[in-house]
Amino acid sequence: MIVIIDYGLGNLRSILKVCKSLTDQVIISSNKKDIDNASKIILPGVGHFETAMKNLNSLGLIDILNHNALIKNKPILGICLGMQIMTSFSEEGSQIGLDWIKGNASAMKVKLRVPQVGWNSVKIQKINKLLSTSDIISNRNEFFFVHSYFVNLKDKKDGLFETTYSNKTFYSGFSKNNIYGVQFHPEKSYEIGVKLISNFIKNV
Amino acid sequence: MFRPRRIPVLLLKNQGLVKTNKFDKKKARYIGDPMNAVKIFNDLRADELVFLDIDASINNNTINYDLVKDIADEAFMPFAVGGGIKNIKQVETLLKIGAERVIINTNAIIKKNFIKELVSEFGSSSVIVSLDIKKNIFGTNKIYHSCGTKKSDLNLVDYLKYVENQGAGEIFFQSISNDGTYKGYDIDLVKFVSENTTIPIIPCGGCSSFEDFKHLSSIDGINGYAAGSVFVFFGPRKAVLINYPEK
Repeated sequence: MIVIIDYGLGNLRSILKVCKSLTDQVIISSNKKDIDNASKIILPGVGHFETAMKNLNSLGLIDILNHNALIKNKPILGICLGMQIMTSFSEEGSQIGLDWIKGNASAMKVKLRVPQVGWNSVKIQKINKLLSTSDIISNRNEFFFVHSYFVNLKDKKDGLFETTYSNKTFYSGFSKNNIYGVQFHPEKSYEIGVKLISNFIKNV
Repeated sequence: MFRPRRIPVLLLKNQGLVKTNKFDKKKARYIGDPMNAVKIFNDLRADELVFLDIDASINNNTINYDLVKDIADEAFMPFAVGGGIKNIKQVETLLKIGAERVIINTNAIIKKNFIKELVSEFGSSSVIVSLDIKKNIFGTNKIYHSCGTKKSDLNLVDYLKYVENQGAGEIFFQSISNDGTYKGYDIDLVKFVSENTTIPIIPCGGCSSFEDFKHLSSIDGINGYAAGSVFVFFGPRKAVLINYPEK
């Protein structure tokens, strides 16, 4: 069973809709048992870093997520803010992150105005199971982005996708072992986004 | 490469889609069923959709959740919704059932610090502030709310600063006089708004063809080109036909 974590933030139904078109083994939940029994986990997130961590804390989900991500090594996909909270900390608020990926989220300071809201392309940085070069060739390489913060990585090897906004090139995706994060919204990016989620469900 | 979105603005009235002219709701023309429009815009690979319930604020209602849910079930593109949104709980519900972002107009004016509250809960990129603007007889830009029925005494420059300081993610603004007229965007107004804020802007009102987007492309800070008529009418007789520009 794939579990989409409900912690009060995020467009859960949009993600559920795409997953359901690919498998019937998917639920939205904040229940610890469900998370512990999950085969894979999707961590969505739209909103504020500090609120996100506070919500996970008050639902008592941090330990169970740590256990499933780091000990049980279950495939986990963070989307948008869900990606950012997998890092160590953010400039957005004073809460620390889950610290699964060494790095942090910083405010975008670029020539164009922020937030970046719109369609942008990705460049694949390493061979991976989430998106292949042929996926990018056979679909329109454009994903939907909505964000004011971006992820810095300590270890470049964790970089999965890169995207350029204005005069800044940033990591629009990372992966380390079983842990994946994407800054864009695959659930709102037509075929290429569905392909990415399908790859996560079927290949990762 | 990043590019500005091309955004159809779809107006809801009694759960149907309508198109207004200069915000005159009495003469609003019925266009069709919103779900049908969403399906066609899916096929046309629209960048984003905006839905505004034009009766909500006046009737002290909020955009219908069931309708938003239906839209979310159908839409493969991102969409934003507006219409009478007045508290955090409503925004939480709207985002949860599938809208990407919310658009606040009347209550950004009436409820002090409402935008700030929303931003601290949902992040600035989830919150769009919308402004309806019309020049008075002295040529001064006046801000209206409650779907253009009430004139505020706000100063446009001051209000743009206020909205920015509250942390809004984008400013969506409409020229009331140009709405539905095919006169083209009010370029002076677009430039004026651009110069008086540092957050991204989305102009709307008066677009006569997709070529008009090019007239705005040199103006700083435009994150999207919004329009109504050109996306839903076709030809000199304005037949209802949903259409979308090629890339």
